[in-house]
Amino acid sequence: MAAPESTEPPKFGTGLLGWIDQRFPLTSLWKSQVSEYYAPKNFNFWYFFGALALLILANQLITGIFLTMNYKPSAAEAFSSVEYIMRDVDGGWIIRYMHSTGASAFFIVIYLHMFRALLYGSARKPRELVWIFGCLIFLLLMAEAFMGYVLPWGNMSFWGAQVIVSLFGSLPVIGGVLVEWIRGDYVIADATLNRFFALHVAALPLALVFLVIAHLMALHEVGSNNPDGVDIHKKKDANGHYLDGIPFHPYYTVKDVMGVAGFLLIFCGVIFFAPTFGGLFLEGPNFEPANPLQTPPHIAPVWYFTPFYAMLRAVPSFAGTQVWGVLVMGAAIVVLFFVPWLDRSPALSIRYKGPLYKIALAIFVVSFIILGMCGLKPPSGIYPMLAKVCTVLYFAFFLLMPWYTKIDSVKPVPERVTGHA
Amino acid sequence: MHKHLALIAFLLAGTAAGSAMGVRVAAAEEGEGLPRSGADIKDVESLQRGARNFMNYCSGCHSLKYVRYNRMSTDLQIPEPELAANLMFTTDKPFDTVNSSMPADSEAWFGKQPPDLSLMARARGVDYLYAFLKSFYVDKNRPWGTNNLILPGAAMPDVLAKLQGLQKPVYTNEPDDHGSANMVLTGVEPMSPGAMKPEEYDQFVRDTANFLDYAGEPVKAKRQSMGVFVILFLLVFFAFAYMLKKEYWKDVH
Repeated sequence: MAAPESTEPPKFGTGLLGWIDQRFPLTSLWKSQVSEYYAPKNFNFWYFFGALALLILANQLITGIFLTMNYKPSAAEAFSSVEYIMRDVDGGWIIRYMHSTGASAFFIVIYLHMFRALLYGSARKPRELVWIFGCLIFLLLMAEAFMGYVLPWGNMSFWGAQVIVSLFGSLPVIGGVLVEWIRGDYVIADATLNRFFALHVAALPLALVFLVIAHLMALHEVGSNNPDGVDIHKKKDANGHYLDGIPFHPYYTVKDVMGVAGFLLIFCGVIFFAPTFGGLFLEGPNFEPANPLQTPPHIAPVWYFTPFYAMLRAVPSFAGTQVWGVLVMGAAIVVLFFVPWLDRSPALSIRYKGPLYKIALAIFVVSFIILGMCGLKPPSGIYPMLAKVCTVLYFAFFLLMPWYTKIDSVKPVPERVTGHA
Repeated sequence: MHKHLALIAFLLAGTAAGSAMGVRVAAAEEGEGLPRSGADIKDVESLQRGARNFMNYCSGCHSLKYVRYNRMSTDLQIPEPELAANLMFTTDKPFDTVNSSMPADSEAWFGKQPPDLSLMARARGVDYLYAFLKSFYVDKNRPWGTNNLILPGAAMPDVLAKLQGLQKPVYTNEPDDHGSANMVLTGVEPMSPGAMKPEEYDQFVRDTANFLDYAGEPVKAKRQSMGVFVILFLLVFFAFAYMLKKEYWKDVH
């Protein structure tokens, strides 16, 4: 009996691509994730930062690999090996500046990316897991950045590590043992540098990459939000195409290339003309080698940690322990995870929310920036008071959100997205 | 269209604001209230004079352990034989780094090992170095008979006194809360002339600070001149990316 003739077109192409497609879902992955992934057509400026974060992740991974080829993770050699990279390795200085500037750029981009989510309700149902994966990425990124900052083994690396690691010592009962376990020694020392190196170049980047993949998979499962907070999947034309969706490729690939060009203008401006960014991206005291006998006059973390550092310092010791500041700092991160459930407004986007949310978000952003400035300054004068007030405002934004978003007025949300970028 | 113009304006404004902030922070970080040194990393002649000053007046005590002679020869346009004849006092190998002849126990002499100066300009700023070298004054209570306005209790003696001459402290009366006299050290003024006129000494110190800025980051001048081309390329690239985006998006309504 002859096999019935198939009327179906051949499932796979010919040539190399067909050969691969029979064995690996290359074309179908490309289609489902890129060329036939429908994104809302009204993405605006705030939608550049996801792609830019991916670009910086790639930058950090690649420059990081080249740095490890000449970096020596030992207390005796680390500082000199960084100077060796800066002076004697061909192109070493540019690789190092790309990596150090990339760290700061990563946080700028991530903070703007998270702000976008607060603007347009991107964390809300059905994107709760997208947001939670994102928060985990942010948390790991902070650990990654902190450990990376210790590696050059400058004096601020050393004392910054000293301050941050000893925070764990304030935890009751387990504190002392925990700190010893983290440091691998009784002080910040060679053993600490070695394990931070291992975590910075292997464990954390690996976890970050997996989380970024999970973040994107969850996003592509539910589809992207947009500045109107409208579900684009509801409206289809006669052919079954989304009326407000356009394929990610080529529309957003070419748009993101433009975004990348704009970003690189600023990024390269910093790398070539202000790599230390006035002591914000690379701090002066970190050009002195680690010295356990000489504390820098003023220890401050790098700028991207200062809002949380300011919260830590804003909380007074109570009942004979400093642990409350540590708990508040931890809570400032933990509270982010609950955003999808804290917002009770029927509208997702700020465009259709009432004045209460707009005011709350404005106060939140200003508080966060002031906290960042307080964390850079020594705790004297007006700064401790300012930090206390802003810490309260930071938490009020989240904890009062169920209340003010519920009583807030709402404008009618349109059926379709308005305009395109 | 005007949305895109707004975006470009935003980017440019961001860059401008960012660099303005960077400069402002830089001014604040690298010594608040210090006079500008006027050092120029692109002024090769100044760097050459600075190298001469450093090798003759500083290198006896201070090393530049990350700076290689042959790199210096290339960057400062001093041919190697000339460098070897005039500026290499501690070694005859051009690939060596600049070491000092200070023994390891010099801490017993000064109370402190003279620090390596490779990265001092990066740690403290070039204006700080310029101000430091101009701020020694006579102080009978110090072991070497001199103190420093910028770094009180400095372990370093006033090695350039022969050139600058001696300076004496200036005290101003700033009454305290109770109205009692309170003399505060506010500056220094010339006491006896040195071998150099004040302008000559200023230039001497400026050149030396400039050289130490070079020592802190030998690639600095090259980095900045390269940067101009990178930015020009990116502007062109941005223009093409912008037009490509417009071409693709003209059918999206």
